Amino acid sequence: MTPVISVAGLTRRYRGQVALDHVTLDIEPGSITGLLGRNGAGKTTFLRILAGHEFASAGTVTVLGACPVENGKVLRQVVFVREDQSYPDLRVRRAVQTASWFYPNWSHELAGALLEEFDLPLDRKVRKLSRGMRSALGIVIGLAARAEVTLFDEPYAGLDPVARQLFYDRLLADYAEHPRTVLLSTHLIDEAAGLLEKVVVIDRGRIVLNTDADDLRGAATSVSGPAIAVAEFTAGRSVWDRRRIASQESAVVAGALDETDRARAAALHLHLEPLTLQQLVVRAAGGPAAGPAEKMSAERTSA
Amino acid sequence: MNQITREGTGLLREMAGLDEGAPLFVQVAERLADEIADGGLAEGEQVPSTNELAAYYRINPATAAKGISMLTDDGLLEKRRGIGMFVAAGARARLLGERRKRFAEHYVEPLVAEAGRLGIDTDELVALIRDASYGQEGRRI
Repeated sequence: MTPVISVAGLTRRYRGQVALDHVTLDIEPGSITGLLGRNGAGKTTFLRILAGHEFASAGTVTVLGACPVENGKVLRQVVFVREDQSYPDLRVRRAVQTASWFYPNWSHELAGALLEEFDLPLDRKVRKLSRGMRSALGIVIGLAARAEVTLFDEPYAGLDPVARQLFYDRLLADYAEHPRTVLLSTHLIDEAAGLLEKVVVIDRGRIVLNTDADDLRGAATSVSGPAIAVAEFTAGRSVWDRRRIASQESAVVAGALDETDRARAAALHLHLEPLTLQQLVVRAAGGPAAGPAEKMSAERTSA
Repeated sequence: MNQITREGTGLLREMAGLDEGAPLFVQVAERLADEIADGGLAEGEQVPSTNELAAYYRINPATAAKGISMLTDDGLLEKRRGIGMFVAAGARARLLGERRKRFAEHYVEPLVAEAGRLGIDTDELVALIRDASYGQEGRRI
């Protein structure tokens, strides 16, 4: 399959600061990819470059077979919803209408349904909307555009959990009917984990992890119980983290466990708990439990 | 395919949603297999579509599709062109047969091991099982 997004050696510098450092990545059509990483890791810069809002300092960027910068044909198939998106001084109704003119695949039906579900006041000025309402408006436009490349950058500032769940549900439902390529940058990793088919983790401008979300499930397991039993179980295994209190110990074991391992853990009275996607990403992105990310990385794409 | 129940807490985990360490598509396959084994999905009955499963479990449709194809490869589901996926004939009997085969390993052996740790001897254990069975039968009446 020809990738929808293909980036090679992409570097972006701002006055001596390197925001993106030789990023190489292909995204296949019809997938939902989670773009994860800490603040300032380069996620927003990456999405802005894909959306043609910013230039690369070096490297190549191809979106839908062409360079996105000032390319109307490509940009009508790319929707980019940012955190705290600003709009011209329009009423909600007018902002949605303007967007509908731009995107050829726009669904009036979906836009109408979403405006109602998010309870957006059509006649209010966008400037007068609350932060959450502005985020909801961005989501409405991002979904109703049905653009082949749909980029969401932390799209839910100020949205409560109920509204966020509505976003996930509507995204999944419309994506199922109208497949497209979605990139979702988020910090609420466990909340969005089920949606993601691919996971890309950026840290300090480099891609440190690029893999199938399914491969990450069970990639590491927390093993806890009597310290002696934990020591016996973890002997010869790669252990990321160990914590101990009195005679109890908790260790994080890298690598998938099979049935024999599970039976052995049960016999040793050990409690097993898979690491969540969020815990794995924190590790990959150089968080407190940091260590070599290679262990869980199926593929390293940064040069 | 992966077994349906791992440790004794399988039911609790199932009630809590899809959150085991296994890949999501394996869990989707396991849930459907459970439905078939329990008779919730009868042989010849149409199973939910990929999109329906995705919406219900709040997962990516591609993940749901992988779960379905796992059961198809296993011969538990069959595709009827243009209509959808259906439970294959003999699927339930096969699943129950597999579960029976694993019953000793998954339930009896841990039970005996734990009884040993607590100092419950075999006679006591048998008596406890008998009591529990009477209790269950009593509830059924």
